Amino acid sequence: MANAWLAGTLVAIVSGAVGLFVVVRNSTFAAHAIPNGAFAGAAGATLVGASPLLGLVVFSVASALGIAAFGRRRNDVVTALALVTMLAAGAAFLAASGAYEPAIDALLFGEVLGVSRGEVLALALLVVGAGVVLALVFRSLLYASVTEEVAAARGVAVRALDTVFLVLVAVTAGLAVPVVGALLTFALTVGPPAAARTLVARPGRALALATALSLACVWAAIASAYLSGWPIGFFVGAYAAAEYVSARAASSWRERRARP
Amino acid sequence: MIHWFVEPGFWSNPVVGTALVLGAVVAVVSAAVGVMVVVRGQSFAGHALTDVAMAGGAGASLVGASPLVGFLLAGIVGGGSIEAAGAERIRDRDVGTGVVLGAAAGLTALFLYFVSSSTSATGSTQSVLFGSVFTVSPSVVPLSLAVAAATLATLFIVRRPLLLSSLSPELAAARGVRPRAMGLLFVLVLAASVALSALVIGAILSTALLVGPAFAALRVARGLVGATLGAIVAGVAAVELGILLSYDSFYWSAAHRSVPVSACVVGVVLVEVAASAVWSRLRRGRGR
Repeated sequence: MANAWLAGTLVAIVSGAVGLFVVVRNSTFAAHAIPNGAFAGAAGATLVGASPLLGLVVFSVASALGIAAFGRRRNDVVTALALVTMLAAGAAFLAASGAYEPAIDALLFGEVLGVSRGEVLALALLVVGAGVVLALVFRSLLYASVTEEVAAARGVAVRALDTVFLVLVAVTAGLAVPVVGALLTFALTVGPPAAARTLVARPGRALALATALSLACVWAAIASAYLSGWPIGFFVGAYAAAEYVSARAASSWRERRARP
Repeated sequence: MIHWFVEPGFWSNPVVGTALVLGAVVAVVSAAVGVMVVVRGQSFAGHALTDVAMAGGAGASLVGASPLVGFLLAGIVGGGSIEAAGAERIRDRDVGTGVVLGAAAGLTALFLYFVSSSTSATGSTQSVLFGSVFTVSPSVVPLSLAVAAATLATLFIVRRPLLLSSLSPELAAARGVRPRAMGLLFVLVLAASVALSALVIGAILSTALLVGPAFAALRVARGLVGATLGAIVAGVAAVELGILLSYDSFYWSAAHRSVPVSACVVGVVLVEVAASAVWSRLRRGRGR
């Protein structure tokens, strides 16, 4: 239980920070497609006898690079095609290896209660690594996300930043998915950061609020799952959606009051 | 000659027969709706609705209702929420879709948990996610045909105002079309089409057939009618060829393990998209 709590906390910190950029850059679909692509990697790794974690990271980085390379003009279509390609490859790998199904359930919905000490350590390294990368590119990434043309004119390498960002999403997904599941990772990446951006405008405060809301979501979900015995993915999805809906309601109430 | 391509028993097998017919119906509906999806940039909503419909399917199996009814109800509720969440600002649309998707995925996890703790049914996740057209029961055929016909008819009736409000909401509003009403109507058509295809051919193929053939056709054909017809031809060809390849692959490999239908159909769709890219590049090169 202590390991589950630690793993959930670490994933919440990473998802809150990375998720803010996902929301600002409108990369929600890519953030959904990349963890699902990672699933094909795990299935493929099982087939050739490699470590599933390696397969996850390799395939999620490959789908991120594919989306970055082909998705400049029709991002939504290319993302959809990358997603179905990965899923179909995963289905083919599973059929070829004859692997059995609970493994898929575990990847999709996660096994946060079965987290080991070693996986917590790997997640901690991920948090540090993602933190360093985000700190290095924070200002230019924000610039490129808000006004792409102006940033490009000022000499910011917009395309390279796009690739770096998608690879960051991919590495996060590759490491977080086997611990907490693809569904939970995605719900945390979108709900709390979107709520934070609705409430505050300044980037630093939005980042802090996104992380705080994400932590609140995970802690409440772990407690509810522990008390009720229901799956944790349900509570994460429900609380993340509730945070976003309340933030939207609060901001529209504030706007209405501001008008005379 | 044809026996070189078609392994024995393909035409006489009743399972293959149902698969070929239903697959073609779903491909036609997906391709026609898909052209509008690509024009409006709503691929994400089109994919998210498969996961939303899955929540309905899991809920239906919990209460013992027909899965198609569960898929349709959840798709319509989810489509309405996506439209409501993203209606104010177009750039919030993806975020709203993502929040609905996260909530629906959570509900699916909960329903599957209840289903697996009340019965000992296994395999529900896999069949919902990867759905195999070879396992479709012939009893869903009449209702599927009715949903397909209703979807196509609605799309045909509103095609002009829908296209206008997709390309230029201001112009449409000036002409008396209500873009938000059109958006809601289209998302409901999309939800019905996606629910049908997710049930019949699974979530992977639902998205592949929605986006792939339409994207390829829009690159090659001119005009809405031409693109729609092209997408329908490409979609039906992908499904039929994919089913044939999957059936044949059983005889090709030494281990007699067939390649899944989903992988075969997605392979054909990718070839179509690549061919359309090459074709449009050649045409542009000659035009210079």
